[in-house]
Amino acid sequence: MRQLGKVQISTWVYLLFGCLLAVVPFVYDNLSMLFLIIQIFIFGIFAMSYDLLLGYTGIVSFGHAMFFGVGAYGVSIVLERNEPTLFFLILGILVALGAAAIISFIAGVLTLRLKSHFYAMLTLALAGLFLVAAEKMRSLTGGSDGLIFTIPDFFKDRTNMYLLALISLVVIFFSLRRLTNSPLGRVLVAIRENEQRTMSLGYKIFPYKVIISVISGVVAAFGGVLYALSIRFIDTTVFAVDVTLDALLMTIIGGVGTLIGPIIGAGLIEYAHHFLSELSDVHWIFERWIILFGIVYILVVIFFPMGIAGSIKNMYMKRKHKKEAKVQQKDNQIAS
Amino acid sequence: MEHIIETNNLSIAFGGHVAVDSLSVKIPKNKFTSVIGPNGAGKTTFFNLLSGQLRPTNGEIFYKGENITKKSSTERTRMGIGRSFQITNVFPNLTVLENVRLAVQSNEKIRYQMMFHFKKYKKFEEKAMELLELVLLETKADSVAINLAHGEKRKLEIAMLLALETDLLLLDEPTAGMSLEEVPAILEVIKKIKEKGDRTIVLIEHKMDMILDLSDQVMVLFNGQLLAQDSPSEIMENKTVQSAYLGGLHDENSA
Repeated sequence: MRQLGKVQISTWVYLLFGCLLAVVPFVYDNLSMLFLIIQIFIFGIFAMSYDLLLGYTGIVSFGHAMFFGVGAYGVSIVLERNEPTLFFLILGILVALGAAAIISFIAGVLTLRLKSHFYAMLTLALAGLFLVAAEKMRSLTGGSDGLIFTIPDFFKDRTNMYLLALISLVVIFFSLRRLTNSPLGRVLVAIRENEQRTMSLGYKIFPYKVIISVISGVVAAFGGVLYALSIRFIDTTVFAVDVTLDALLMTIIGGVGTLIGPIIGAGLIEYAHHFLSELSDVHWIFERWIILFGIVYILVVIFFPMGIAGSIKNMYMKRKHKKEAKVQQKDNQIAS
Repeated sequence: MEHIIETNNLSIAFGGHVAVDSLSVKIPKNKFTSVIGPNGAGKTTFFNLLSGQLRPTNGEIFYKGENITKKSSTERTRMGIGRSFQITNVFPNLTVLENVRLAVQSNEKIRYQMMFHFKKYKKFEEKAMELLELVLLETKADSVAINLAHGEKRKLEIAMLLALETDLLLLDEPTAGMSLEEVPAILEVIKKIKEKGDRTIVLIEHKMDMILDLSDQVMVLFNGQLLAQDSPSEIMENKTVQSAYLGGLHDENSA
């Protein structure tokens, strides 16, 4: 790995991108575009949390929307019932993250001892349960009418909201990168690769799965919190299966097993979503953009199973190997 | 003589097929024991029972005097029972170095550390590299394990096993599938461990000439039962063993 000083070069590149993005709202003042970019940041966070399970540990979750929704509802309900002050905002965030941690812990403890499809099924069922609960508990959630609430004035400003989402994304990205590169993170990858072998090396795999399930749930809930804050309105669609499918699409298209991949995927999908919906005047098919995504998804899985980030990484590695092989060949020639 | 692992009436049945049939053996500490037997004799199943991959239908296993019959494979590894697999069993999409590094990390008991970068633990990598040199795999350290030749994967298996530094080594045909030129190097590694005299090695092997001069004792399994347990030279003379290998012997159950 190439380094500059004590820090990897890639870290500098990511930080540079972060700084460039921080300047955007000051030079490019288009509200709907800013809103779109905020959504990209939020879904980037959400998709990264999904990839912790799918790409790093090999756990499939079909109900990741549940954590997103719990986060969104948690903060919304607290803010709707209280004054929109910074104190209640922070309290709301803590409630949201705490609830998500408890739910992900329970779901994990119940099913992660078993084969991974049980976790997929249980999360699917739980997410469905939360969707119904959000519709029926009208006094708390407003049912399908949703909740409208106000947030502290500071975040009503689009630029401030933008910066909040960007800083969250950058901080979460770097924390998760450290996590995945820690000894614990390496064991997670080992579990993905070969569970039985990880066990016979003396690792107990069950606690690892629960830990990562909780971390992933909490990060997803934080994505939900930002989502609710950014639109200041919330309804039951945050629990919909579509939300989970979006995270899955973003992760697969961007690149499973990388952290930058889900962010790229989030950018592509959110942008395409926005762009294709605008084209609906041209042809009715664009209103059904999900059909187009289905095709893209199938093509990606067949031709680029590693996704965008994965394919680029592969190409880079191959070139490096070729270079090394050439150097070795030269050395051999000189030696002989 | 002190025994490191003992089994008492150990049996396992898959449906109606009894793969290991009331096997009671004692394996002496710090000695080299070889397990031989024709195909389907239950050698690998016996290993799976010892290392915890399978649970016996009957009987008990004692390790250093403690009953470990109900312990998981993870716990048994931590107690000091390490094994290599006959069918190659590595982490396919990780580099060779990372495969071994994970084993070293487990042995150093760094399990839930999530704050620091894994490269912070430099000595893990150095130790992994030393092990790779020992099994003559150091040039492949950066290759992805799935791209290794079969023999190289076998060597990687052994390096991972050695990284665990267990008191008991269960080697399931370590040289199977290796090219002839590679076998002496691996035998050399096994010999070195044996000469140190502080580990117990149990080896499953088909190459008779290889085990004869290494082994302190040989166990012969046939149809899941212990046919003989003796010194190598006695085993070679043993008439029942000869007929088992030549196919003259028939078990009443299998006939």
